[in-house]
Amino acid sequence: MTDRPHLAVIGAGPAGLAASLAAAARGIRVTLIDSGSAAGGQFYRGPAPGLGARRPQALHHQWHTWDRLARGLAGHVRAGRIEHLTDHHVWCVERQSGRFAVHALLGPEQERPATVHAEAVLLATGGYEKVLPFPGWTLPGVVTAGGAQAMLKGSLVVPGRTAVVAGTGPLLLPVATGLAAAGVDVAALVESADPNAFWRATRDPNPLPPRTRDPKAFLRRTRALAAQPGKVAEGAQYAAQLVRHRVKVMARHTLVEAHGEARLEAVTIAALDSDGRARPGTERRIACDTLAVGHGMLPHTDLAESLGCRIDGLNVHVDEEQRTDVPGVWAAGETTGIGGSALSLAEGHIAGRSVAARLAGAEPDPREWAAVAKSRTRMREFFAALDTVYAPPAHWTEQVTDDTVVCRCEEVTGGEIRRAVGELGAGDVRTVKLLTRAGMGWCQGRMCEPAVAGLAGCAQTSARRLLARPVPLGVLAAAGEDPDEPRGPDDPEGD
Amino acid sequence: MNPLELVRAQPGPGFTVTLDGRDIEALPGQTVAAALWTAGVTSWRSTRGAGRPRGVFCGIGVCFDCLVTVNDRPNQRACLVPVRPGDTIRTQEGTGHDD
Repeated sequence: MTDRPHLAVIGAGPAGLAASLAAAARGIRVTLIDSGSAAGGQFYRGPAPGLGARRPQALHHQWHTWDRLARGLAGHVRAGRIEHLTDHHVWCVERQSGRFAVHALLGPEQERPATVHAEAVLLATGGYEKVLPFPGWTLPGVVTAGGAQAMLKGSLVVPGRTAVVAGTGPLLLPVATGLAAAGVDVAALVESADPNAFWRATRDPNPLPPRTRDPKAFLRRTRALAAQPGKVAEGAQYAAQLVRHRVKVMARHTLVEAHGEARLEAVTIAALDSDGRARPGTERRIACDTLAVGHGMLPHTDLAESLGCRIDGLNVHVDEEQRTDVPGVWAAGETTGIGGSALSLAEGHIAGRSVAARLAGAEPDPREWAAVAKSRTRMREFFAALDTVYAPPAHWTEQVTDDTVVCRCEEVTGGEIRRAVGELGAGDVRTVKLLTRAGMGWCQGRMCEPAVAGLAGCAQTSARRLLARPVPLGVLAAAGEDPDEPRGPDDPEGD
Repeated sequence: MNPLELVRAQPGPGFTVTLDGRDIEALPGQTVAAALWTAGVTSWRSTRGAGRPRGVFCGIGVCFDCLVTVNDRPNQRACLVPVRPGDTIRTQEGTGHDD
């Protein structure tokens, strides 16, 4: 069995699971490496087994799909085709003479190392939430929308009694309805975009919204939306749940400030004008002890960057087979562009089939996965259209006062960043970082990077982090002395 | 309705941990952060610079805002670390290495 070609899949969310199943079913030996204690990733996160949930589907997404994937995984694990390594936090993938060494840290302490060697690697590392700063966003009680959802789904806890869900993006819908179903009084869902434009576009392909300057782009968007009836139905279900839980939806509104001393007590929101600015005089204060906030998602690309994979904008570049431009490295799911679980499943499936053919020395036949590829194209178009609907307010930086902490780790304020840009001439994220320490803390800029880029007036670029997570120095020092990996004289990276 | 009822949870036996010497009830499978939230605690760290309170922010191990001292080991991400019977949890001041 060990002489079968070996694929290391990093990430056990929708993309990683689909890829593992597709590859294993075609004779590939798969090691599925994941930081979670159970498969599923963030999207299919379920209650911890110790909590004994008898009806986990109540808080779960796409239960039937998940059930099918979980059974498939269990079957392959039993048959020895897939080895599923849980609690493995991958910090680096290293190229070694046409093979790969995947370096991970074990368990919650993340101090003991483990290394997996494989002929091919699939990066299915998912994404994380983007949150733009505003005064008070560091107060306890302010959490990311996805964070509130992760705590609810995994540990069955909620942070308070009265919540406001705010920001922009489709994720706010399941978060608001999930919190409400779990007994939280959701006082308002505050969405800076106008989702009605989205629904209007799906119903009526002809009329142009007043501010659309490019009719062709609008029509493309409309077709992409109309081609996804399942997504429209999903949105309608959320809308019905919001009504049932009496959640007030406030579109074209934005967060101005979160209030409190030791903990969140209230938020102020305001209506947006047609230019995307908070309209003076429309401020409204809502008492709450929880604010779940998010402004979209960002892909995890650290491992791809350290491997030298090409990054397009913020996404790992892949070809039609989901191959990166580094031979032997595939990528699928949110890491190649935010697009939700169905797109991740499609990409993962195609990647798994491509790996299976390529590792067997064969040229894959794309006709075998033509239907999946077609749905991948449609879903990519759909999410590109969604991106144009859900965007943060055009002038969100005006809500960032000089006193607002922007870099949460290093406590760098908006004023310090503006001085670095205005007085010291910084014009990019890296220069701001060197001048202010914004992005040099624990999270390595993952939280503040979009905000720093916005305040510096530049586009966010990929961060090029050498290591994907903090690594104890002892582990780092020993990583080059792996006794399992004798290095030959022909190994150019062997020293 | 609370989340446990929503999924008809029948958790294993609960147990006690301490936060700064005070007893806190926890359920098996929860993270340290979840146990603290259940006890009504939302901040358990003060920042290195301004000494401001922090707790969970991202909930998935990315932001490092929820750092806490567990069994004398500082800088543990409360949202990732499972809570275990008898754990001694302490609020973390600054870098966590001063006390």
